[in-house]
Amino acid sequence: MITARAFKASDAPGMRWDVERVRKDFPALDQQVHGKPLVYLDNAATSQKPQAVIDALVGYYSRDNANVHRGVHLMSERATEAYEGARVRIQRHLNAASAREIIFVRQATEGINLVMATFGRSFVGPSDEIVITAIEHHANIVPWQMLCEEKRAALRVVPVDDRGDLIMEEYARLLGPRTRLVAITQVSNALGTVTPIKEIIRLAHRHQIPVLVDGAQAVPHHQVDVQDLGCDFYVFSGHKTFGPTGIGILYGKETWLERMPPYQGGGDMIKAVTFEKTIYNELPYKFEAGTPHIAGAIGLATALEYIAGLGLDRIGAWEHGLLAYGTELLATVPGLRLIGTARRKSAVLSFVLDDIHAHDLGTILDHQGVAVRAGHHCAMPVMQRFGVPATVRASLAFYNTPAELETLASAVQKALEIFR
Amino acid sequence: MSELRELYQQVILDHNRKPRNFRTLEGANRRAEGYNPLCGDQITLYLNVEDGVVKDAAFQGKGCAISMASASMMTGSVSGKPEAEAVALFRRVHAMLTAEPTGEVAGDGLGKLAVFAGVREFPSRIKCATLAWHTLQAALSRAAEPVSTE
Repeated sequence: MITARAFKASDAPGMRWDVERVRKDFPALDQQVHGKPLVYLDNAATSQKPQAVIDALVGYYSRDNANVHRGVHLMSERATEAYEGARVRIQRHLNAASAREIIFVRQATEGINLVMATFGRSFVGPSDEIVITAIEHHANIVPWQMLCEEKRAALRVVPVDDRGDLIMEEYARLLGPRTRLVAITQVSNALGTVTPIKEIIRLAHRHQIPVLVDGAQAVPHHQVDVQDLGCDFYVFSGHKTFGPTGIGILYGKETWLERMPPYQGGGDMIKAVTFEKTIYNELPYKFEAGTPHIAGAIGLATALEYIAGLGLDRIGAWEHGLLAYGTELLATVPGLRLIGTARRKSAVLSFVLDDIHAHDLGTILDHQGVAVRAGHHCAMPVMQRFGVPATVRASLAFYNTPAELETLASAVQKALEIFR
Repeated sequence: MSELRELYQQVILDHNRKPRNFRTLEGANRRAEGYNPLCGDQITLYLNVEDGVVKDAAFQGKGCAISMASASMMTGSVSGKPEAEAVALFRRVHAMLTAEPTGEVAGDGLGKLAVFAGVREFPSRIKCATLAWHTLQAALSRAAEPVSTE
């Protein structure tokens, strides 16, 4: 039984957060699974979509659908205006210096691969080094491994301590004259660790080393200001931040983007083509070959405005309260061990039970309506570091409630009963 | 909850807690690795096959309750069987696990192995139950590569 204290107002100080009203914005939350009310705690995998985003997609396809940057007709002008308007809205959300620095990609993964293929192939050579960390998602490991293999460069990995915090002394030691790039997450998807990203960037810049930040788990929860961070590249995915799948953002400092070759060849990324020579388009179009995901761009801009409208400070405070409450509730479960207890943590509860494998627990939770991720979370090196094959991960969003965390904890108790 | 009880029957929980034949096999002449990347289930299967008969079977590995119980019971049921019968058993278990949930339960005559019939109600878990059997098939056909459920 749940013995922890009840959720108190002081868990989220100064908050007036009408979570039930917020939940009404998300139609997918209002459903039953296996005959139980859905408790959606898999937000780090993908988030649900507010009606405003769904309406933006429907509105675009119902009224404005046309190709961009080429038509002389009115619908194409409207589509172009909406698409480029979305770029500016996203630029403002991230406080980028210019809309030319906002490149539409498919998701964070493609953003990283773009930087690998263009920046990496241009500026990384034999015996050069790329620094990543032990808590990266596979998307921020594998592209760099591929590059290192191709260029005979070396991958250097910043270790983490038993809480899941980066060991900053080791990081500082890894930076050197051969380091060509630091590629690092702002928030770990598997552990919830919030890395000291400004300090990481400051140290790298002391050596004139550019920094790519994987913000896939940061943008849904925190206000991100790329100029304040000072990062050289920043990537995130739309679908994890309440927007559509298949759209993401690569922010890059104009000075770097100008020096990098194009990513893919095709329409839209060119100014003039002859069989002898092609003149590439200017930024940001140089990096956007082919017809883009127009609806996705509009949906993403709408999603970012939606969370900005709720207030990212307020979102952060509510989630912080949920995390504290959920941590206490899970601490009452016998044999439960939290994996990832970083000093600064995002709303992720990753855990293992002594006698129940994560995959069995995931199935049992699912049948009580609780959707979690069970597995390695595309971060197998993290699992290896903590000596577990897999964890169960409950990842929260601002629409989650204290009552849902109580359902999670009692569902885990039920699993213990089944396995007794 | 009744569906969950159907999946996690006492027999399965017991084999998970105390897997039978959980050891390396001295003098094994067949060996295969099985891996389920979705949840990280991993087993190494050892067989001693003489004159076309599986004289002994053992395994080691780690994974979820379904995969461990399945490997434990599989090794128990193929020991002493001619290879052809072991392969036939693989086919029948596979048919039972992958049958349409609404169809006839094809567990008749499978004896204790019929406890896995409930797994087909849980599509994401079928691979956990079939892993040991796919590994058996690989070991019998002398496949050198690790088998994967993907």
